[in-house]
Amino acid sequence: MGVVRKRQRLGSSKAVSSAVSSRIMHGKIPGKISSGLPSLSSRHLPSRPNYRNYKKTSKKTFRKNHHPDPAHQAHHPSYPNNVNFKGRSIISINDLTREEIIHVLETARKIEAMGEEKKRNLLAGHVLATLFFEPSTRTRMSFESSMKRLGGKTIGFVDPTTTSFAKGETLHDSIKMIENYVDVIAMRHPTEGAARVAAESTRKPVINGGDGANQHPTQTLLDLYTIKKTQGRLTGLNVAMVGDLKYGRTVHSLAIALSHFNCRLFFVAPESLKMPKTYLDMLAKKGIEFSEHEKIEEVIDNIDILYSTRIQKERFPDPTEYQKVKDIYILKRSMLGNVRENLKIMHPLPRVNEIHPDVDKTPYAYYFQQAANGIPVRQAVLSLVLGALK
Amino acid sequence: MNAGEAGEDEASRKELRPYKVYAIEEGVVIDHIPPKKACDVINVLGALEGDSIVTLGVNLDSKQMGKKDVVKIERKELSWEELMKIALIAPDASLNIIKGHKVVDKLKIKVPAMFEKVVRCPNPNCITRHEPVDTKFHTVSERPFRLRCHFCERVFEREEVSLI
Repeated sequence: MGVVRKRQRLGSSKAVSSAVSSRIMHGKIPGKISSGLPSLSSRHLPSRPNYRNYKKTSKKTFRKNHHPDPAHQAHHPSYPNNVNFKGRSIISINDLTREEIIHVLETARKIEAMGEEKKRNLLAGHVLATLFFEPSTRTRMSFESSMKRLGGKTIGFVDPTTTSFAKGETLHDSIKMIENYVDVIAMRHPTEGAARVAAESTRKPVINGGDGANQHPTQTLLDLYTIKKTQGRLTGLNVAMVGDLKYGRTVHSLAIALSHFNCRLFFVAPESLKMPKTYLDMLAKKGIEFSEHEKIEEVIDNIDILYSTRIQKERFPDPTEYQKVKDIYILKRSMLGNVRENLKIMHPLPRVNEIHPDVDKTPYAYYFQQAANGIPVRQAVLSLVLGALK
Repeated sequence: MNAGEAGEDEASRKELRPYKVYAIEEGVVIDHIPPKKACDVINVLGALEGDSIVTLGVNLDSKQMGKKDVVKIERKELSWEELMKIALIAPDASLNIIKGHKVVDKLKIKVPAMFEKVVRCPNPNCITRHEPVDTKFHTVSERPFRLRCHFCERVFEREEVSLI
């Protein structure tokens, strides 16, 4: 950042930025600097695309967007040569490249196939801290179970009121103290960005187990693992996301993750709970084909994955708005008459009434097995960040 | 009015210009500020706190922008943080460095890839609103001007964020 000379002279842009930085940091206005900025007249506002039924341009564009320039490829060469998770924090699905996601899923598959004896000693001698600043059943127990089944130990808390946080200690200070006791930290926090602050406060890897409405990367990874396991692939699938697409962090992260794999996405939500424009813009930019719908029936016969979500009562500022939409999507057995044979219905759980219990007995229901997949995926993440597996 | 008269009129207008806006001996002229944003620039720079001469031009004609604002501040050197603040208010601004009543350098603001400690996150549930954490924002796009909070990862339009 900084300032650059209006008229171009000699000097590369890199040299310019370093010259600008060094001079401005000392509070002085730079003198002879040059740059190649485009002229003001060459810039213009982009027009807003219509997202009702957005079509990708071509496969060529998709490939171009996924490997935009040689510098990008040099930074992320093909899997698995440059994938290294040791000591790394897992905070957001946005931080992971396509190759890194594939590597985690492949590691989870290997762990599932691993002999019990080898598994029992994989993380022996390592300690995991589970810091749960808000209630959680599945995520906390899944992390603890994953660690213990691999021979590691866990310490932590489920009620922050019994810790120094209640005395007003900052998150940064607490994490600096906790890092002395453990090798890896898994945390859930009600405030968005808390996991990022924790990761930047310590040398130990931090795994985000959910930070408010923001990110829950291990949930997204287990969703992807489930899709891969049930469909045999991740690329080119038809995936529908149904329910609360406005506030649901799982669907936001899943849409971002699936954008690496050229899936066709169908977003089914009422007007008040539509997928935010930020995510649609991102998908359009990457050349992903998607469309928005208001009824499950419009898409159910043409999809491989139906990802249902709970409409979260606690997110609605106005209770009457919640009443309007709470029963809008109830998936019943009668709706599954003409679906694809390989269809699998997923749900991050807990469900309220989005999926009728009579669907549980159909071959399409997969939400309970989906939750079980959290174990190998979290075991993979723990093993990778601790360097037990490469 | 014939062409000759028009040319004379233009020349006399240019001659008068130095008298309209007080010429500074040493300092900085911030040009190409979007119209009606000059006061915001003066405020974020704290230009009224000292006894420096500050000259303000609002809604001036501009070939590039149609209308623009201009701010002149005497005896002023801009810091890194001040440049970031100007980039937020006026991403197309240019700076004229004045020494001995002469423009010794013409520079152009460049929007940085990251804004540190200058923007407040509008998300009430962002960790930066609850803990003593320095804010960081990544520039997502310049047109439209969008920023992403490094911590809560939400994307905001420029108009949604406020300066610290």
